[in-house]
Amino acid sequence: MSPRSNLGFLWSSKQELQVGRAMEVPEIVATSGQASARRRGSPGPAKYSAINLLKKGLSHGEWPRTFREHELAKSYDVVIIGAGVHGLAAAYYLASNHGITNIAVVDKNYIGSGGSGRNTAIVRSNYLTPEGVSFYERSMELYRNLALTLNFNVMFSERGHLTLAHTDASVRTMRWRAEVNKLLGVNSELIDAEEVGRIEPRLDVSKNTRYPILGALYHPPGGTIRHDAVNWGYARAGDQLGVQIHQNTEVLGIDVDGGKVTGVRTSRGHISTPLVLNCTAGWASLICDMVDLRLPLITHPLQAAVTEPVKVFLKSVVVSGSLHVYVSQTDRGELVFGASTDAYPSYSMRGSLEFTQELASHVIELMPSVSGLRLMRQWAGLCDMTPDFSPIMGFTPVDGFLVDVGWGTYGFKAGPVSGEAMASTIANNRTAPIISAFGLERFATGNLVGEKGAASVGH
Amino acid sequence: MMQIPCPNCGPRNVNEFRYSGEPRKRPVGEDVTPREFRAYLYERTNALGWVTENWYHSAGCRRFIKVERHTLTNEARPVGSAAEESAS
Repeated sequence: MSPRSNLGFLWSSKQELQVGRAMEVPEIVATSGQASARRRGSPGPAKYSAINLLKKGLSHGEWPRTFREHELAKSYDVVIIGAGVHGLAAAYYLASNHGITNIAVVDKNYIGSGGSGRNTAIVRSNYLTPEGVSFYERSMELYRNLALTLNFNVMFSERGHLTLAHTDASVRTMRWRAEVNKLLGVNSELIDAEEVGRIEPRLDVSKNTRYPILGALYHPPGGTIRHDAVNWGYARAGDQLGVQIHQNTEVLGIDVDGGKVTGVRTSRGHISTPLVLNCTAGWASLICDMVDLRLPLITHPLQAAVTEPVKVFLKSVVVSGSLHVYVSQTDRGELVFGASTDAYPSYSMRGSLEFTQELASHVIELMPSVSGLRLMRQWAGLCDMTPDFSPIMGFTPVDGFLVDVGWGTYGFKAGPVSGEAMASTIANNRTAPIISAFGLERFATGNLVGEKGAASVGH
Repeated sequence: MMQIPCPNCGPRNVNEFRYSGEPRKRPVGEDVTPREFRAYLYERTNALGWVTENWYHSAGCRRFIKVERHTLTNEARPVGSAAEESAS
């Protein structure tokens, strides 16, 4: 797809906005005069540190808000729809890497209210295709350094990731993935059932089960991260650079004139903008409808659940494709379960009893000793599934309308790299090389990426 | 739990059925380009609201049926029932 040429404004404004590039807060960030919404007298954004924590503890002083509220301005250089990890990361990297700060991130709900706050917080890069592996590995790299970059404790925990193989076919796929990973410098190896039992003694690795564990793909750098902290961290860091985050601002329509985006109609008023980035995951088709763009997406709910907290016994993240479950234990001790997507598409985020029944039976097969645990909550998130289990990123036939969608069941772990790549794509008006395989055009030309073998559970 | 009104068997539990997608028109003819065929293959409306869709009653009459379903509330109704209600 050819790059679009309506981005001249970015070239001119970029120079003037270089001031926003440094980590200090630009003096004037909002055009509407609301920049003084930050309380007068507060000494700018507080840097989180042990010393500051002690000071605040002694003085009982209030922490400043992590991000501010603004009136909606008349126009922005970029409007990002969806304030989840992808939208917030794109805004942050536009501001920090490219000096573009006149950005609005709008969301019909609160930040991280969609998939970004509903996933099971697992990060890994042990994918199957070379395009996928290098992409997710870059995300892991950004995640590893995120706490330092954002000055926000995101509780990244590199605890090891086990993908269990219960059939000969999946052993073969695991071997394949391990070799692709090794070639690209990602630490993954195929291990046998005995070794699995040594790493996770609570797993039933005996041969007399319905689905005996034959081996596993072991990925030591995989782990978990606190998803809310990632959202808040990006929001706070973006806000400090001048990005405006508008919660409770629903997009009602997008104005297109002569094939070019000219503005966005929201529940809080009209914004004129030459560039819109759709980061709405499960709701992506509805936003694309506004510009008459048809996508290869089907929205399925995916349910997850959490147990009561118990003493920590499960170190790694354990995934079983055949048993449709993935499980990790939080630092508080709860077991967090995720499953495969529901069997039919829906925008409903209500849990179902079939899910808990099925989940329980599979988990007990995997770890018989947890049969006495009680489930505390269950919830669902929306997954916009693509035919090849890879995202859709970049330019579209509508000038000034970019997408970062199709995030299915793997969106959270890709948040940072997607933000970085979309920011680069917007700022340079050229598709970033790392996402060149993920363009919308691939469905018309037939060059699919085929990542189904590395989806965490069967679909 | 959701019930699907099967025109042959009456209302039945959803796990008797297999979802079979939104109805689409398959392009036929010699002048169909690969691009057009791929659009038929991959593109979906993925609508929010009442939609008409195909289901296969695998644990019942084993027939493909058409049902209307609201994709947010998961209510299902026989095709055309809304029109009948408003007419009566």
